[in-house]
Amino acid sequence: MRVNFTVNGRQQEADDVWEGESLLYVLRERMGLPGSKNACEQGECGSCTVRLNGLPVCSCLVAAGQAEGSEIVTVEGLADYAKHRDDSHPGGGCGSVCGGTSLQEARQWQAKGTDGQTGEGGQLSPIQQAFIDAGAVQCGFCTPGLLVAADELLERNASPSDADIREALSGNLCRCTGYETILDAVRLAAARQEETV
Amino acid sequence: MDFLRPASWEEALAAKAEHPTAVPIAGGTDVMVEINFDHRRPEYLLDLNRIGELSEWEVGEENVLLGASVPYSAIMENLRTELPGLALASHTVASPQIRNRGGVGGNLGTASPAGDAHPALLAADCEVEVESVRGSRLIPIDAFYTGVKRNALAADELIKRVHIKKADGPQQYSKVGTRNAMVIAVCAFGIALHPETRTVRTGIGSAAPTPIRAKAAEEFLNAALEEGGFWESRKIITPSIAKQFAELASGSANPIDDVRGTASYRRHAVGIMARRTLGWTWESYRGEGRSSIEGVA
Ligand SMILES: Cc1cc2nc3c(=O)[nH]c(=O)nc-3n(C[C@H](O)[C@H](O)[C@H](O)COP(=O)(O)OP(=O)(O)OC[C@H]3O[C@@H](n4cnc5c(N)ncnc54)[C@H](O)[C@@H]3O)c2cc1C
Ligand code: FES
Ligand code: FES
Repeated sequence: MRVNFTVNGRQQEADDVWEGESLLYVLRERMGLPGSKNACEQGECGSCTVRLNGLPVCSCLVAAGQAEGSEIVTVEGLADYAKHRDDSHPGGGCGSVCGGTSLQEARQWQAKGTDGQTGEGGQLSPIQQAFIDAGAVQCGFCTPGLLVAADELLERNASPSDADIREALSGNLCRCTGYETILDAVRLAAARQEETV
Repeated sequence: MDFLRPASWEEALAAKAEHPTAVPIAGGTDVMVEINFDHRRPEYLLDLNRIGELSEWEVGEENVLLGASVPYSAIMENLRTELPGLALASHTVASPQIRNRGGVGGNLGTASPAGDAHPALLAADCEVEVESVRGSRLIPIDAFYTGVKRNALAADELIKRVHIKKADGPQQYSKVGTRNAMVIAVCAFGIALHPETRTVRTGIGSAAPTPIRAKAAEEFLNAALEEGGFWESRKIITPSIAKQFAELASGSANPIDDVRGTASYRRHAVGIMARRTLGWTWESYRGEGRSSIEGVA
């Protein structure tokens, strides 16, 4: 079957989608957006987290056909999404990027010689920068899902308590960091966000 | 496989009548796991996401009419006062991502003995409104669970909404698991005080082939509270009453040994949860009594 939905503000279409296929599979294998990770395919790890009409969900548990006509934001569009939110919807989000990130632009997140350690060479969202600055990334497999979940937390709660952060990230597993640096990163992003307001 | 996307409730009923083997998919948090792991290859998937009314709720005089697809996160946010037990239970489900998608209709559809909505629904008291092209009927929650992961739905029926009694007293939900998030219950206990009818209702999860009520414990407690005049006096429940309530609750459990826990541990834990949740709810009931007296003064 054919599915149509908006990814990072741009209308996308995929053909020959199997009816039982997940949104995650369509994003990764049919649209060339491998930022959302596939680790468990059963909702346990959160590495496939995307925004579906604004809400963080496990894209491995959404049937692609259920996403028909929806607005999706993936980690590849997070920088544009955050910028768009600051520029156009201060204090909230529209669940999409009104302008849009093309697949071409989104795919620039594939490593191609820029310094992957510091994120130089690409525009980063504040939460992405904070993850780098706080040393919250080790193998990086959990990172895209955590970034999407953490960014959504900061959108709805500008100064989250530690309990709020733990709750918001409770659906995202990390096998490397021990989580402390991840909490640091979210606190850092929240503090920077307050400074700029 | 075919993917059916009815735009309205009537279309969904027609589709289910035409294809009784079609598997409804709401949040997909049970269905997609089965498909991803090749445990299930349904001929038809019947997507319910376009049917807006399934995600709505209505607070009436006596009941909350909860649409089958209202996600747990919405219950936690909006129905804490009307459905405190279900809101607490919802909060223990999985993770924010899962709670944004999964809901009570799917929990009832799966009818797992470990489903967190069930003890809260049994304790609050409710009826499940199901419909097919043949008509609609209300299934009392006590008659809904018919076996391990089996429910009273006919092949052509869909769950429309659940008519849940609005809380008329304190409610609690307690769940044993290895950590706070992303845990399937080792066992669980829900309790609701109903001061209007002077009854207490309970629900037990993961400790029998289906979700059950601790009926003997309820009957004992209702009689003891009545006899001792506890509902009027709001005095502290005598420890011996609480103890017997806990023992009877534990006795009504019929658990198994599995990877999450042993039968004897579950039986023990059900008793502990019964005593604790009774203590918590009774304390709030007593508190309400005090504040209403102070309010008058
Ligand atoms: C990682 C993870 C953790 C989980 N943790 C918990 C937990 O802690 N507690 C818990 O209770 N559950 C848990 N679950 C299970 C699941 O999230 C719940 O059972 C949830 O309530 C299912 O709702 P859904 O809308 O996603 O159902 P779906 O997957 O869409 O459907 C579930 C079943 O119900 C049927 N169905 C759905 N809607 C209807 C309808 N309107 N009429 C008739 N049939 C219908 C479907 O055909 C299917 O058989 C977990 C799942 C995952 C993946
Ligand atoms: S891949 Fe979706 S939650 Fe793990
Ligand atoms: S950094 Fe490796 S899983 Fe989190």
